[in-house]
Amino acid sequence: MEFQLTEDQRALQQAARKYAREVVRPKAAHYDETATFPRDLLQTAFELGLLNMAIPAEYGGVGLSHLDQTIVAEELSWGCAGVATSIIANDLANLPIILHGTEEQKQRLLGHFAERLKFASFCLTEPEAGSDVAGMQTTARREGDEYVINGAKCFITNGGHAEQYTVFATVDKAKKHKGITCFVVEGRPKGLTVSKHENKMGQRASDTVSLTFEDVRVPVKNRIGEEGQGFAVAMATLDNSRPLTAMFSVGIARAALEHSMEYSSQRKTFGKPIIEHQAIQFMIADMAMNTHAARMLTYESAWLLDQGQRNTLQSSYAKCFAADMAMKVATDAVQVYGGYGYIKEYPVEKLMRDAKLIQVYEGTSQVQRLVIARELFK
Amino acid sequence: MPIVLIVAEQQPDGNLRKASLNAISAGKQLADKAGAELHLVLLGKEPAKVADELKGSGAKAVHLGAAAELEHYLAETYAPAIAALAQELKADYVGMASTAQGKDLMPRVAARLKSAMATDITAINGSGADVTFTRPMWAGNVFAEVKLTTPVKVFTVRATEFAAAAGGQGAAEVKTFAPKVEASKTKFVEFKEVKSARPELTEARVVISGGRGTKGDFKEIEALADELGAAVGASRAVCDAGWVPNDLQVGQTGKVVAPALYIAAGISGAIQHLAGMKSSKTIVAINKDAEAPIFQVADYGIVADLFKVLPELRQELAKLK
Amino acid sequence: MKILVTAKRVEDPESKIKVKPDGTGIVQEGLKYKINPFDEIGVEEGLRLVAKHQGEVVVVSIGGKEVQEQLRHALAMGAHRAVWVNHTGPLDQLAIAGLLQKVTEKEKPDLVILGKQSIDDDQNQVGQYLAEFLGWGQATFASKVESLESEQEKNKVPAVTLTADGKAVRVVREVDNGLATLECQLPAVVTTDLRLNQPRYASLPGIMKAKSKPIEELTPAKLGVDVTPAIQVLKLSSPPARKAGIKVPDVAALVDKLHNEAKVV
Ligand SMILES: Cc1cc2nc3c(=O)[nH]c(=O)nc-3n(C[C@H](O)[C@H](O)[C@H](O)COP(=O)(O)OP(=O)(O)OC[C@H]3O[C@@H](n4cnc5c(N)ncnc54)[C@H](O)[C@@H]3O)c2cc1C
Ligand SMILES: Cc1cc2nc3c(=O)[nH]c(=O)nc-3n(C[C@H](O)[C@H](O)[C@H](O)COP(=O)(O)OP(=O)(O)OC[C@H]3O[C@@H](n4cnc5c(N)ncnc54)[C@H](O)[C@@H]3O)c2cc1C
Ligand SMILES: Cc1cc2nc3c(=O)[nH]c(=O)nc-3n(C[C@H](O)[C@H](O)[C@H](O)COP(=O)(O)OP(=O)(O)OC[C@H]3O[C@@H](n4cnc5c(N)ncnc54)[C@H](O)[C@@H]3O)c2cc1C
Repeated sequence: MEFQLTEDQRALQQAARKYAREVVRPKAAHYDETATFPRDLLQTAFELGLLNMAIPAEYGGVGLSHLDQTIVAEELSWGCAGVATSIIANDLANLPIILHGTEEQKQRLLGHFAERLKFASFCLTEPEAGSDVAGMQTTARREGDEYVINGAKCFITNGGHAEQYTVFATVDKAKKHKGITCFVVEGRPKGLTVSKHENKMGQRASDTVSLTFEDVRVPVKNRIGEEGQGFAVAMATLDNSRPLTAMFSVGIARAALEHSMEYSSQRKTFGKPIIEHQAIQFMIADMAMNTHAARMLTYESAWLLDQGQRNTLQSSYAKCFAADMAMKVATDAVQVYGGYGYIKEYPVEKLMRDAKLIQVYEGTSQVQRLVIARELFK
Repeated sequence: MPIVLIVAEQQPDGNLRKASLNAISAGKQLADKAGAELHLVLLGKEPAKVADELKGSGAKAVHLGAAAELEHYLAETYAPAIAALAQELKADYVGMASTAQGKDLMPRVAARLKSAMATDITAINGSGADVTFTRPMWAGNVFAEVKLTTPVKVFTVRATEFAAAAGGQGAAEVKTFAPKVEASKTKFVEFKEVKSARPELTEARVVISGGRGTKGDFKEIEALADELGAAVGASRAVCDAGWVPNDLQVGQTGKVVAPALYIAAGISGAIQHLAGMKSSKTIVAINKDAEAPIFQVADYGIVADLFKVLPELRQELAKLK
Repeated sequence: MKILVTAKRVEDPESKIKVKPDGTGIVQEGLKYKINPFDEIGVEEGLRLVAKHQGEVVVVSIGGKEVQEQLRHALAMGAHRAVWVNHTGPLDQLAIAGLLQKVTEKEKPDLVILGKQSIDDDQNQVGQYLAEFLGWGQATFASKVESLESEQEKNKVPAVTLTADGKAVRVVREVDNGLATLECQLPAVVTTDLRLNQPRYASLPGIMKAKSKPIEELTPAKLGVDVTPAIQVLKLSSPPARKAGIKVPDVAALVDKLHNEAKVV
């Protein structure tokens, strides 16, 4: 067992940290306040290879191991979770192709992401089907060499800027999850409409939209896997991406912890810095301890993937624990700041708003617990 | 008797660079401690121009080396000439002020003399053969006492730590010599001077520096500087942005100043900046952020917008007159 | 063009340096290390020059095996290969310049770029020693006329320029009261100042590629250089702390203090 980053991993961490600190942080409050898309920050991320980390090198990506990706993800989210979500949404959308695409599909549908800054979206959630994926209403009907897609998707990250959509639809509603099939929609074909982006509580730098599909035609060659394999593709994708979202929580919590340590050593009440009050010390000790615990759980869940092992249980442990932890740590950071924590000029209330989302997307904390229980009793 | 040789410097306009006088007084202190004789050297096209000023500064001898090839300073032409003179005089110590020229030249002289060198010395300790130097490291976070063990010892002097040598201290013997001139692989092309009517940053009694907080608007800083007859300085952030000329940068990697009054406006007080102004007698900080580290070194701090404070300060000071 | 650039390992400029109580060194615990910022500027300038004129950037660092981290950083930025002079223990500028002289003679670059100073020792010597040892021209404190916000900078145009015949470089130097321009015949030594350029970030693909770039290991013995220090550091101490000042409520109070207490106006 090794509990140390390798020299290369430290180098990746340094590079991502530098980007987060010097490029993202100075503009994070601006993009949060205005809820605009941070294209300039993402352009730099693209140039530094921080985008498309999961795409293997032979298809023009960076091809980082899962563990390496989580190391980078912590730094990105420490800079701004909204920016991190925008960055990783590309990987989320491309994972189905990476995991289940044919060689031809990988060349064609992944390769072009190396050419310039391009976005992709992962389209699973529907107005009537969030946690309950099998309740999916969007349909795909085969017509010759094409499928015709009809339905609506919601909460789609990067959807307003994407040039490629990975869409899940059912070829037969009666079959429930056995009807779900995965498709790649290229560009903005006729019949695909993008709504205006949602006015969110947190992670406001990320773009979240609804999509409607009216007779959108997709060539058969863009079907990832077989008909009915879509559910498995989606689940495998989420097993791969949960360590990353878990690590977003760690990044937020670390930021909250650092701010709290700094503030508590400066702020004085009753004649001494508040860090000298045991109540504050304990709060900060808990923040540090939980942040680290979440990081370790997450490393393990990513390491399992790198060993080619199934990580469903561990990645749910990590995502659930980390998300709940970050929510608590960020809330405590606001507490440490007292009244100032509640004010937008200080950095911690944003962390609290940003953290909340991680308990919801890519499987809510309740759903993670369902998965954990299911895995335990398997 | 051991010999301390101090290299004086002429500005492009022919005048003596004032920091030379501080180096001379460091040289004198060293000569006293080491039981040595102080000699000065000046190279150039017309070094005689400032001979009088050097003559009265307390040295035993002043060596003037004139040559047409030395019109424009180049390390490659100056170093051989100085090293040759040092060898001829059998100098034990060769020093110069830590000006841009001093920093460029002295290591090359040291290399010629196969000597070790101490940059930016702030104190001279011990006596006789056991003389040691104190010099800053890590942006002035650390002071090191160092001993140079080569036969000849080379150093540059942090001007702010040694009072300028006063004139009228006897008359040194002025000797002219034919400097050893070597061909240079480097050619002087041009010097673009940044002209300013204000006093030299390193010599001014009052320095007003602006930081990123000015957002590049130096009008109020300059107006106050003019009111006080002060020099204008800046943080690196400001020079990097191209808002003011580079040579106004105060700090570890810029100029070191120690005026009677240093006013820092819109400067956060990064350690690298502090390294250049911490020895000022009185420090005033103007910053919107009460937590800015500059307040930790300021004698008087005012937490407010600099654009409000500076004009008010100028008016109040005008009233004092 | 072949360019040799130094990459010294130094404490992160943002770290707090504390002297050990016994004055024998600094407290190492909790320190982070980086490539000397001036060297990083040197690597950037080297990369820009070879992007324009073709060639190769070779980076060199002297120290224990930990300096490979800084070499990898330079390689990740885009340098082509690295030379590591393996040595632990104190080194003075004389010794470093002696080692670099041998490396230079071995590599035969057209240009050696060093930082004007390293932010630990703050000596500002090695480039000049090296130029003299090699008998080459020197242009220290290299800078440029344009600011770091300029178009030239955005387009990563090298500030050090080759003359028309390709036999010399033109360098703008930051000196007292202005900018001086020199023309140095190649090969030459250049040392960097802060405003020469804004170094690029290491990219993730760059970091991955750096893993397979070669690092050649040398030692002072192999290079035949005696590195016994001629500078003895007897004792380190902390600067005296300034006595705590006060905050004044307004300009009137400030002027009163400056006039009546400090008596500086
Ligand atoms: C900003 C943002 C970005 C997003 N980005 C994407 C994206 O890019 N692509 C995408 O496909 N989706 C995306 N989502 C959707 C997200 O994954 C879903 O919101 C999430 O899966 C929850 O689904 P829901 O909102 O329909 O909630 P519901 O499923 O309606 O859940 C409501 C509540 O009921 C609980 N619950 C539901 N079922 C159970 C159960 N069986 N037992 C116990 N509790 C239960 C949930 O935990 C939750 O607390 C995004 C969402 C947001 C807010
Ligand atoms: C939106 C808003 C509206 C407000 N409205 C009003 C109003 O109308 N009128 C009014 O007078 N005030 C008002 N307040 C101020 C509010 O009451 C204070 O913010 C609150 O009392 C906390 O004080 P503080 O912000 O100075 O935090 P601090 O006192 O600095 O506390 C910081 C942290 O340290 C902890 N702490 C402090 N001392 C100790 C100790 N001895 N032991 C353990 N922990 C300690 C605190 O619990 C807190 O977690 C308002 C604040 C906000 C944000
Ligand atoms: C190798 C190296 C060498 C360096 N060398 C030097 C050096 O020699 N000299 C140097 O200065 N730096 C140097 N630095 C840079 C240094 O670390 C800092 O980045 C720099 O000093 C910051 O400049 P600043 O204080 O102007 O800007 P900031 O740190 O951005 O501070 C701006 C300040 O202005 C305040 N402010 C903003 N608006 C107003 C207003 N309207 N009224 C009042 N206050 C306001 C803010 O509160 C803030 O404190 C070096 C760094 C490195 C890495």
